Amino acid sequence: MSDVPAPRNPLRRTRLPISPPRARSRRAHIYTKAAAEGRFLLQRCTECGLYLYPAREACPSCLSADLPPVEAPRGGVVVSETTIRVPADLYFRERAPWRIGVVRLACGPTMISHLHAAVREGEAVVMSFRLDKSGQAVAFAAPAGPVPADRQLREFIADPQHRRVLVTDGRSAVGQEVALALVAAGARLVHVGIAEAWKPFAGEERLRGVDALRIVPLDIASEASVMELAADIAGKTDILVNTADHVRPGGLLTRAGTGHLRGEIEQSYRGFVHLAQSFGPAMLARGADGIDNAVAWVNILSVYALANWPAYGSHSAAQAACLSLSHCLRAELRPGGVRVVNLFTGPVDTEWFQTVPPPKVAPRAIAAALVRSLREGTEDVFVGDVAEDIRRRLADNPKALERELGA
Amino acid sequence: MSILADFALSIATGAVRIVDLTFTLSPEFPVIVLPPEFAQASPVRIESLSRYDSNGPGWYWNNITLGEHTGTHFDAPIHWYTGRNLPNNAVDTLPVQTMIAPACVIDCSAEAHADFLLTVAHIAAWEAEHGRIPAGSWVLLRTDWSRRSFRDYANLGEDGAHTPGPDSEVMRFLVQERDILGFGTETIGTDAGQAHHFDPPLPAHHYLHGAGRYGLQCLRNLDQLPAMGSVLVTAPLKILNGSGSPLRVLALIESK
Repeated sequence: MSDVPAPRNPLRRTRLPISPPRARSRRAHIYTKAAAEGRFLLQRCTECGLYLYPAREACPSCLSADLPPVEAPRGGVVVSETTIRVPADLYFRERAPWRIGVVRLACGPTMISHLHAAVREGEAVVMSFRLDKSGQAVAFAAPAGPVPADRQLREFIADPQHRRVLVTDGRSAVGQEVALALVAAGARLVHVGIAEAWKPFAGEERLRGVDALRIVPLDIASEASVMELAADIAGKTDILVNTADHVRPGGLLTRAGTGHLRGEIEQSYRGFVHLAQSFGPAMLARGADGIDNAVAWVNILSVYALANWPAYGSHSAAQAACLSLSHCLRAELRPGGVRVVNLFTGPVDTEWFQTVPPPKVAPRAIAAALVRSLREGTEDVFVGDVAEDIRRRLADNPKALERELGA
Repeated sequence: MSILADFALSIATGAVRIVDLTFTLSPEFPVIVLPPEFAQASPVRIESLSRYDSNGPGWYWNNITLGEHTGTHFDAPIHWYTGRNLPNNAVDTLPVQTMIAPACVIDCSAEAHADFLLTVAHIAAWEAEHGRIPAGSWVLLRTDWSRRSFRDYANLGEDGAHTPGPDSEVMRFLVQERDILGFGTETIGTDAGQAHHFDPPLPAHHYLHGAGRYGLQCLRNLDQLPAMGSVLVTAPLKILNGSGSPLRVLALIESK
């Protein structure tokens, strides 16, 4: 597991990705949401307090239909385990032997769960929901305490260890912190894109001093530039992190002309399109290519993609376009098992949010959240107080949030 | 033989040689950098429409995006506030007779360090050798900066660009005392990299365009031109009310 992956044998056909079983009921997507955000949500009956699993339409104890998902205690005990040596399902057959077990939760329900290799029958475990290669939630039982690397767990996460990464914009503080954090997390090679190499930038020496980090020419607003880099490294990109952004304050009426708006669309939306069309197909095809397979595409988005903040109104709109596109890409990469992670941030502590009062998100905090997300396998991540606050207010009352942001 | 037939024959025989003074329009080529709160010139973008593929099985073509002041380009008088009220001051209304004109090349390549400034003294020395600059001529500043890597060519530092160009007095002199048609450089602007600190700021733009004269920048191959005797062909694209345009700059020279 900790061994560096061997170079590919060019005589061997690359294994094609196969998806694990995909069907879920609409109700069961409670767990998809939970897994996407790294939470452990179970239905709980408001009438009698019973925790439920699997998802139900009515409480089996009191028949109440009021069963909201709530954060549930994660502790449980493995009551039985099974090793499946010849699974009928093609996905698991390729990965056999595969261990599953029955876990009795301390809060009541019993779950059929994938098991971490360190977990044995009769032992205490910590439960989580994880997204599998179909993008669907599955239960996973890990040992209590620190969780060692694990073959089965690796199928559900996007651990940067041993993987090769592209960070698209190394000029920005966010891009630099992300690149360095991924190196620190064990990435084998981190390509860092630099547009317009003729322009010097702060932090260049720091990037050039890191062995596992390689600066490459990349201007995501230019289709040709993206295609040229993809020709060299798309087939060696296991994780792509798009850190490019173009923030300019102002809404529609507070600034004349379309120059800034054009910059926002070119650097964010069109750049995203260029990256997806050049890197997406290769990543899709490499979703099952060994232990350093293509696993994740990460977008760093403004949380105002979810609700327009008129002070940065046209930037919010460009980000909303990227958010929409990310859902398209997510569906299109799913057959390859490559997950699309959206990291939502509030105002970042950079010169473009200089006049915005704190709290602001430090670039280093974004990098840390990104690495955590890849290691845990989440796909919707809210970084910092502002992003968390916007999410909460949006869920509570979108209309109120619209009025408040526009006040 | 008619003048034009004679001219065509001279080109065919090589008696008149054509030198391309143009950089290739490419996405990598540096463009002028302004503080980021200002609107920026688009660099060149080339996006394929089809390339004998499902978008067009038998043909290849692209969409391009670029600013008027991208690559080897021409500045029209309307580009600067000093020329904004002149008649026929945009690229679509310029008199076409000025699009073919003689050029004088001032070779400063030996001394053109990053903060080199062309002065009236350089013009005086050049005229002592080659004679007075004829009215209606282009004056081209040769620095050999077009041979540099793009990074050294743009030469951006913490305090902005450091690239050679004319000082304020020499631009006033060339426009008012020598009645030149325009001024051309190898660097990204007709003005020096630090010329926004001059008086007036950006004197090449100020004096040239205020008098209805032109600018050319991002030129190359000036080392192949004689000091006197070349003729430039400089026809900008006919953009409605355009302030400038990328263009192919050709120099005609007589073979020795």
